[in-house]
Amino acid sequence: MNVFVNGDPHNVSEGTTVAQLLAELDVTARHIAVEVNLELVPRTQHAEHRLRENDRLEVVTLVGGG
Amino acid sequence: MALGAQNPPPQLDGRLQVGTHTLASRLIVGTGKYASYEQMAEALALSGTDCITVAVRRERLVNAAGQNILEHIDTGRYTLLPNTAGCFTADDAVRVARLGREILLSLQNPGADWVKLEVLGDSKTLLPDPIATLQATEKLVAEGFQVLCYTSDDPVAARRLKEAGATSVMPAGSPIGSGQGILNPNNIRICLEYLKDGDPDYPVIVDAGVGTASDVTIAMELGVDGVLLNTGIAHAADPLQMALAMRSAIEAGRLAYLAGRIPKKLSATASSPQSGTIAPKPR
Repeated sequence: MNVFVNGDPHNVSEGTTVAQLLAELDVTARHIAVEVNLELVPRTQHAEHRLRENDRLEVVTLVGGG
Repeated sequence: MALGAQNPPPQLDGRLQVGTHTLASRLIVGTGKYASYEQMAEALALSGTDCITVAVRRERLVNAAGQNILEHIDTGRYTLLPNTAGCFTADDAVRVARLGREILLSLQNPGADWVKLEVLGDSKTLLPDPIATLQATEKLVAEGFQVLCYTSDDPVAARRLKEAGATSVMPAGSPIGSGQGILNPNNIRICLEYLKDGDPDYPVIVDAGVGTASDVTIAMELGVDGVLLNTGIAHAADPLQMALAMRSAIEAGRLAYLAGRIPKKLSATASSPQSGTIAPKPR
C-alpha cells in the first residue's frame, strides 16, 4: 500500500508499523520524531502504530537554526 | 580605606533564570548558517553560551550518509532550545513544538519542556504575526510548554504575550538576520517597563537583528536579561573571533547596566580640578 513520507509516495506492506518503516528508512530513531496525519506519534507507540493506506507521515529531525 | 579591603571585587551577577531553566551565560546562540559543523561547535564553545537554539525540519531520507547536527553538539553541555522557525500559522507552530519536544525527550535534554515560539507573518521581513503568536502561546502554555516568544518590539504585544503565560518575551531588535541592531531602544525600554512592572525578575531577551558586539552591549545596557543571536556570529568574516567578541559584549553590557551609567549632559564636566591651574581661564 502507499503512504506519503515527507511528501513523497512510499510503498509499504500492509500492516507496517511506524517502527518498521523507520527501520526500513535507516534513520537514527533517537534523532527523529514522527507525525502521522498531523498528529504526533510518541516514540513509545512506534512499535504498535500501524500505518493505513495514504497516511501522511512527517519524519523530522533537528537542524541548525536561530 | 584601602582599595578592596572589605568589599569583594565587582563581578557579574547571578545566572539567567528563564522559567525553570538556569543558564550560566546571558547569551543564547543559534546553530544555523555556519560554514561547517566543526566551525559551529567551536564558535558555540568560544561564545561561552550554555543554551543553543535548533530548528525542526524534515529528515533528508535520500541522503543516509548526511551528517546530523546532533553528532556535533554535546547535548550534555548545552540546553537545546527548539524553535518553530518557518511556521506561518499557530497550528503549524504547535505541531513543530510538539515534534521538537519529542526529539529532545529522546535525547534526555533538559530543553524538552520549552520552545522558542516563532509564528511569522511575512516571508520577506520575517516579522511575527502578533495574533497567531498569541494564539499559539495560549495553546502551548495549556500543553505545559514554557514558551519563549519571539515578537516585535511592540510593548502592547509584549504585555499581551506575558499575560497569555509566556515564560519570556523576546522582542526583536530589528528583523531576523538583518544586522541592524537595536532600531528602537525606546520601545525596548517600554517593553522592559511593562514586563518587569511588579515582576523585576521576569526575563526579557532581545532576539534577532544583532549585527555586531556593540548591538549586544546596547541591548544589555538597556536592562534586558539576555540576547539571542545567530547570524551575527555565523556570518561574520571570522565567526570564532566574533563569538569571543559577543561573549565580551554581553558581559560588558550587563556590568554597565548594573553599574549604572552617568546621565548624558549637553556640556562638559571637567575630570581634573578646576582650581589651582597655573593657566588663566579664557572666561
